[in-house]
Amino acid sequence: MRKRNQKTAALYLLPAMLMVIVILYVPIFINLYESLFKWGTMSTSHKFVGIENYIRLFKDEIFYVALKNNLIFTVMSVIFQIGGSLLIASVLEAKFLRKSQNFFRTIYFIPSLLMVTVVGITFKMIVSPSIGIINPMLELIGIDASAIDLLGNASSATMTIAAMSQWQYVGYTVILFIVAIQNIPAELYEAAEIDGAGAVRKFFSITLPQIKNTILINTIITITGAIREYDEVFVTTNGGPGHASETLATYLYKVGFRNDQMGYASAIAFFIFIVTFIIGLMQMKAYELDEK
Amino acid sequence: MATKISHIIAYIILILLAIIILIPLAWMLITGFKTNQEMFLSPFALPQEWHYENYINAWNQGIGTYLKNSVIITVLATALSTFVSCLAAYPLARLNFRSKKIWVYLVLGGLMLAPQSSVISLFRMVKMAGLYDTQTALVLIDAAFRIPFATFLIMTFYRSISYSLDESAYIDGASTWQIFTGIIVPLSKPIIASCAIVSFRAVWNELMFANIMLQTTSKKTVPIGLMNFQGMTTTNWTLVVASMVIASLPLVIAFLLLQKQFVRGLTAGSVKG
Repeated sequence: MRKRNQKTAALYLLPAMLMVIVILYVPIFINLYESLFKWGTMSTSHKFVGIENYIRLFKDEIFYVALKNNLIFTVMSVIFQIGGSLLIASVLEAKFLRKSQNFFRTIYFIPSLLMVTVVGITFKMIVSPSIGIINPMLELIGIDASAIDLLGNASSATMTIAAMSQWQYVGYTVILFIVAIQNIPAELYEAAEIDGAGAVRKFFSITLPQIKNTILINTIITITGAIREYDEVFVTTNGGPGHASETLATYLYKVGFRNDQMGYASAIAFFIFIVTFIIGLMQMKAYELDEK
Repeated sequence: MATKISHIIAYIILILLAIIILIPLAWMLITGFKTNQEMFLSPFALPQEWHYENYINAWNQGIGTYLKNSVIITVLATALSTFVSCLAAYPLARLNFRSKKIWVYLVLGGLMLAPQSSVISLFRMVKMAGLYDTQTALVLIDAAFRIPFATFLIMTFYRSISYSLDESAYIDGASTWQIFTGIIVPLSKPIIASCAIVSFRAVWNELMFANIMLQTTSKKTVPIGLMNFQGMTTTNWTLVVASMVIASLPLVIAFLLLQKQFVRGLTAGSVKG
């Protein structure tokens, strides 16, 4: 019986597992191996350099700029997509808003349906000093916008991209939290109301503890996303001006595909792998907690 | 009285948020009907004449081809990943066999792998396999990266189906394939649909692999096509905007039609129960 199952199971598993192993797992090992060499696609030389690429990485100033930018994305995303969304979701779940909830949450959700390319190009145009609407709006309320170029200035580029990302995804996590709150037994709130608990009290003593697993899992997913950050930056500034808004992933892309330093790019890739893997392990633990 | 005031404040904040969300969207919709000059000179005004032909021009300039490519790649990758995930989830959820744990961990482990960390190796593998600049490569890669999540989601659902159903079918002499296609899959249709929608959305938006694996313009997908468009027609911004509106419509319409499945799919991975 068990033996027959083994054979049957293999047939069902084969196509998916073959794809996962070849396309997801094998490249990680190749990548680790290749990160120990100095090589490029344009040259035939393929020289073993040991951990030299990693030493270079930790001495590379741009690596730290990228790391800082990934951290900015992480912090902004957690503040808005977890903290902010949670607040919005619980307000939308309040009784006096039940009727208009659908209206608000649909509007908030729309941006997450758009392609990052669409959002990126739109924001690029909107904040552009020459064709945009943001600078004229600032002028209208009396701010001198002549020196403001949100994506063009090194000091504001990363924050602008991160803000754009919040614009796109806050509505997405709002829906996730609304569904989680709706799964909380209504009796809990009723009992608290009889005890005379106010909205704030109910939020902290019922809502938060009841959906803590959802919060945990979404926080991890959000952080992972911020560490992988590539799309938004690629579309808007491509890491510029200079390297001011570079993230690990855009830097990896440039080093590998533009400068053809594939070995060094592999080392950056392996660094991303290690960080996301550790956070992923936490995610697995969170799922396990959820199963219980 | 105090609650009244707090209700009003809540409303004001929610409406302000809605306005912040809507301004770029409205700008996009309106600018798509303007001439370039109008966009430069009067960014806030409505167009003097509604230039519907921007949309026709956008279509003819190539967004039509990109959309076709995107639809083909997304449909194929979604169908492939959903199909193989449905299959793989079955033994993991409902059969007993020796190496099961390893495979479950392989699926869960796949959830943690960032595409960014394998992009260089995949690029080389695709080149060596002679699949560089083919849509086949993109379909296979996009599909593979959707499998862990899809399998995990479907597996969780399969587990919730009562085991007495397949036991009685087993006694009646049904094969595992008959149980799978006759009982398990029909009962799981909602989760499979949600899963397909989530995968569709992810592949539809995929940027990095599409950028790296395809070179020929006529093979590219919408996200990359729009980027090229923007580079090529720097003077014709309103055409870019019209293209973006066209590119956004399919998913927005799909959402409005399938809101329920959408929300279920999105939440299934983070809220269980």
